[in-house]
Amino acid sequence: MTRSFELSVNGKTHQVEVEPQTPLLYVLRNDLALNGAKFGCGLGQCGACTVNLDGAAVRSCITPVAVATGRRITTIEQDGSPTLAALQDAFVAEQAMQCGYCINGMIMVAKAFIDGGGTASDETIRDALALNLCRCGAHNRIVRAVLRAAGHRSGT
Amino acid sequence: MTIARRDLLKGAGAIVASFALRPALAAAALPTDMLKQPALDGWVRIDPPGTVTIFTGKVELGQGILTALSQIAADGMGVDFARIAIIGGDTSQTPNEGQTSGSQSVEYGGEALRDATAEARALLIATAAAARGVPPERLIVEDGTIRDPATGWSTTYWQVAGTGLLHRDAVGTTLPAPARRSIGQSVPRLDIPSKVRGGASYVQDMRLPGMLHGRVVRPPSYGAILVGFDETAVRALPGVLAVVHNGSFLGLVAEREEQAIAARNALVVGAQWTQTPTLPDPAKLHDALRAMTKLVLTISDKGGDMPAPTGQRFEAEYSRPYIAHASIGPSCAVAHLDGGTLRVWSHTQGVFPLRQNLATLLGLPEDRIVVAHRQGSGCYGHNGADDVAGDAALLARALPGRPIRVQWMRDDEFAWEPFGAAMVTKASATLDAGRIVDWHYEIWSPPHSTRPGEGGGNSLIAGWAMDPPQPPGVPKPIPQPNGSGDRNGIPLYAFARQKVVFNHITDMPVRVSALRTLGATTNVFAIECFIDELALAAGADPVAFRLAHLQDERAIAVIEAAAKLGHWQAGAKGGNGTGRGFAFAQYKNLMAYVAVVVDLAVDRETGGIRVRKVSAAVDAGETINPDGLRNQIEGGIIQAISWSTKEQVRFDRTRILSRDWSGYPILAFPEVPAVEITVIDRPGDRALGVGEAACGPTAAAVANALYHATRVRLRDMPLAPANILAAWI
Repeated sequence: MTRSFELSVNGKTHQVEVEPQTPLLYVLRNDLALNGAKFGCGLGQCGACTVNLDGAAVRSCITPVAVATGRRITTIEQDGSPTLAALQDAFVAEQAMQCGYCINGMIMVAKAFIDGGGTASDETIRDALALNLCRCGAHNRIVRAVLRAAGHRSGT
Repeated sequence: MTIARRDLLKGAGAIVASFALRPALAAAALPTDMLKQPALDGWVRIDPPGTVTIFTGKVELGQGILTALSQIAADGMGVDFARIAIIGGDTSQTPNEGQTSGSQSVEYGGEALRDATAEARALLIATAAAARGVPPERLIVEDGTIRDPATGWSTTYWQVAGTGLLHRDAVGTTLPAPARRSIGQSVPRLDIPSKVRGGASYVQDMRLPGMLHGRVVRPPSYGAILVGFDETAVRALPGVLAVVHNGSFLGLVAEREEQAIAARNALVVGAQWTQTPTLPDPAKLHDALRAMTKLVLTISDKGGDMPAPTGQRFEAEYSRPYIAHASIGPSCAVAHLDGGTLRVWSHTQGVFPLRQNLATLLGLPEDRIVVAHRQGSGCYGHNGADDVAGDAALLARALPGRPIRVQWMRDDEFAWEPFGAAMVTKASATLDAGRIVDWHYEIWSPPHSTRPGEGGGNSLIAGWAMDPPQPPGVPKPIPQPNGSGDRNGIPLYAFARQKVVFNHITDMPVRVSALRTLGATTNVFAIECFIDELALAAGADPVAFRLAHLQDERAIAVIEAAAKLGHWQAGAKGGNGTGRGFAFAQYKNLMAYVAVVVDLAVDRETGGIRVRKVSAAVDAGETINPDGLRNQIEGGIIQAISWSTKEQVRFDRTRILSRDWSGYPILAFPEVPAVEITVIDRPGDRALGVGEAACGPTAAAVANALYHATRVRLRDMPLAPANILAAWI
């Protein structure tokens, strides 16, 4: 049975009418027309669908909409986040992708990492991104982009 | 400055007359891709708002090709990069340039655009000159403004072009090479800004009015026959609008994506199939490959009339398993049957060949089908892109008027993508006085390209399952120098006696097709490992040994550059799990040269390889976009480390067993080495394809470094920890 859910996404409230077990991913993409989070595996294995839930990186492909309701959902489309803006600029500056399909996940994990006060170093960033898959081999550019954004945020 | 219409016509007429004198000469001068579509305005259009629109049959796969081609076009036209708008791969708009594959887009697609824009520029200048009554040599072009420096008079492309000036066949007019303004610059990629902000960058992001969601239920194994399924139960599920069944093809359409997935899951559970074990025994794959039906081709044979050499004979066998493209985003397409015309949006590598297979699949004439490229996840070759377009087309036919978006699930992609072929090779050589005096190399490989349009038949797996079936064709070997399983099978080294034999296997129990480098990675792996083995047997330094057997000066230069960058030292001691290795190749023996030094460590407890650093030197002729080139080389290196140390498609006698990322692990962030690259740029030289050039040398250098670190020589990819531990004393 479908139910009505209130979702707070990027600071705006939305009402959606779906089955409670519907993965948040499909609601974001198809009901709210947000393209950033990508379907990669539907199994929580690759990270392409990552969004932030109350500031923590979660995999929206295995997060039921019922779990996300009442919590602060942030996606790569959010306006007004200095961390997100710094990351986006840094990924452009470092040309940190090839196909870019995984990049939403990289940026949203990095955002949670930086906003959570993580100390950015080559090693800590690689660890933070250890469960996000990139197939094109853009890893080192991605790490450099996150380092650049983290440096910018901390003023170094 | 306005040029009167009659002057324009007069000018244009004069040019037509002069061109008409030399059509036979001209045709021979056109680049290959232009011969098929000589109309200039099929490649370049001067548009009113001050832009130049470029049409290319090549498509963006995340390799940055539309940016690089725009750079070539900008310099060819003599306009700023920002004025270029580019449209890639659309059967209703662009030239047919076949597939975007084989690292050929800059070389061939770029060559066509360079010549088309040069001719367009010549025509625009000649037209302006004729209208002004001055010789064209007097005029110069700056950002689309044509100027007479003597008088200060000027006009622009947009004033001169008028209607139809470029609507004529190219004849191969050449102009002096334009100034390099965009070419050679690291122009930022056109597609990246949208991708960091959740823009609608991919076919997966298309959202058309009234769009529905489709999913397919693929057979559980190759050749499985659908004997029954519970249609009534599935039709009763929320949102389900259609169940499409034809032979063993089974798919459905629902209002919402999660409804389509739920209905697919229900169909999977309720479907009954007859399955047959058709796959080789994975434990005896080498023997199975050798026993398959094959065409035997001798691709190199020289010095056979010389007396048999004396010396010490060496022999070794190498192999690679089946490997997956393993795109991060499962394949996706949108199809819409509207008023008798089928529109398909696809991340295919070739919109025209796909259209041909779709026409066969649906029994529609090709002129009722439009295929437009939209980006997808990186493909690295022929993945499920074309197949899912076939699925979407079949579902769209069942619901005319409604756009249908179909994305494969993760297990559809892993179980049904066409894998890169497993291969076995055997090398033998005679060493005499520290030199290779005889070389013999033999390759056994299934085909490496079963794309739409190759080998006849229907490449689309939906067609295979239909009643009556539309089976795939049997691909022919791709001739040298490109080659397929034998790509890079002929070493670049200068051996006096040499024979190379290619067994092109035509049996395909495992679905295979083009995966980045085709057979080149396996052949370079084998040749470059064997060269190292021979160097060690000769007591020579591997770098010096290679140089001693090479005559190609660019090969020598790139090897020396890599050795310098990687601080290669002859005789440096490895051991205790730490070592370094070297390898080199020129891709297809005609594209970019790459040499690499790999530094790695091996864990004594687990046998796991951790590559720490890769130092690479590249010569790709004239560099179009230095950062784009580096990005491709870095990616090729990292992907090849993943292939050679981790990857292998698992299967039993019936089913593909690698169906998600736990069954097909790839290299992860903590395992990715530092990569340093030096580029030997050769401005003015032919730009050489670079996208695949680093893979073979990297795989070989890893194996050579493993030997240096452990004295364990593994000749089968992946270089598995268990095999390392078993042999490590």
